[in-house]
Amino acid sequence: MQKYDVIIIGAGPAGLAAAIYTSRAALSTLVVDESSAGGQVKTTYHVANYPGFVEPIAGHELAGNMREQAEKYGTKFKLAADVTALHLSDQEKWAELDNEDKYTAEFVIIATGSSPRLLNIPGEKDYKGSGVSYCATCDGEFYKDKDIFVIGGGNSAMEESLLLLQFVKSITVIHQFDKLQAEKITADKVTTNPKVDILWSHEPRAFYKKENKMVVEAENLKTHKRIRLERDGIFIFVGLVPNSAFLKNVPIQLTKYGYIITGPQMETNIRGVYAAGDVRDKRHRQITIAVGDGTTAALEVIKHNLN
Amino acid sequence: MLQTNLEHIESEEQLKELIENNEKVAVCCGRMGPMCIPVYGIFEILQGNYPDIQFRDMDFDIPSAAIIKGLPECQKFFGLPFTIYYRNGKVVKATSSIQSAKEVKIVIDEVFA
Repeated sequence: MQKYDVIIIGAGPAGLAAAIYTSRAALSTLVVDESSAGGQVKTTYHVANYPGFVEPIAGHELAGNMREQAEKYGTKFKLAADVTALHLSDQEKWAELDNEDKYTAEFVIIATGSSPRLLNIPGEKDYKGSGVSYCATCDGEFYKDKDIFVIGGGNSAMEESLLLLQFVKSITVIHQFDKLQAEKITADKVTTNPKVDILWSHEPRAFYKKENKMVVEAENLKTHKRIRLERDGIFIFVGLVPNSAFLKNVPIQLTKYGYIITGPQMETNIRGVYAAGDVRDKRHRQITIAVGDGTTAALEVIKHNLN
Repeated sequence: MLQTNLEHIESEEQLKELIENNEKVAVCCGRMGPMCIPVYGIFEILQGNYPDIQFRDMDFDIPSAAIIKGLPECQKFFGLPFTIYYRNGKVVKATSSIQSAKEVKIVIDEVFA
């Protein structure tokens, strides 16, 4: 078992900010992430509201800079590595990775962020990339002059629909409620477009392929009657979920939605375990806030390490 | 132009030469978009873990990307990136859209074991 002063799980802005601080304080720091470094920021086209950058910076560039900065101060990384076992208690903390390496530390900062929510219904995974998509800018042009479904009625669904309308012949929005949750100004732009119709109070239950068409089996949430509709493709934008499933066997307090409950100094209910960034229960989720969370958690670790 | 730390494939000839001269090759063909960047990042990390595999990327919008787009395995793909795994010069697996590190590792273990 290899020992570090701090293990940070998650290499997004919160985790990397924490790593920069703990490494600069001469604490041996290991950052683990199931993907590459950068979290959701690396997939953001341009970041225009991060202080210090007069011109927007590409998300992957900002993420790369954060990682490089942490490495420069001595942070070690284990990336593209899953945490397969995790023990967090007041007395002992260790993590095992998918290559069976085990690491222990006195302090752990959980900064695993959030990810786009999946519907987790039959067919979704099978047709990812061949009929089911999650990104209008990436895949919209594959559906030029085609008919598609958009699943969701929040801000991201409506913003992505506006992008898709530049390409597609028609959009059928499937939404679980009888009104859209998106901001009115964006929702109005979509709903007033003649290429858009909305299937209210329905939820998809399964996706199928029928020749070249995608079939959605949707349930009317009021009558529970199921219908089947065919289009050329399906775009899913149903919000975000905290990346906290790996904590299911850990006695850490979560909200009913899976966000980690912390105090103002990012402390969790387990001594020496902190949470930072989008995985933490809070009202606003921004890169700047994640960086602030990570900084606070790191400063607490540094303070307690000195004690 | 892709801004990654992977070696880029910039022509059909380059890809042909690569797969002719290397047993195991993985190519991620995409753009600098939200579905593609994570896969490039995973390739960058995995190339250190799997020295026997040649990991490359290719810009989806250059004319030479036709060699990927035209593959029979890609004809029903509607999501970037297109990720192609070659063994002994032949396509042994192709995936469409974003893949997690876990998914990529499963494919590698399946086709390059």
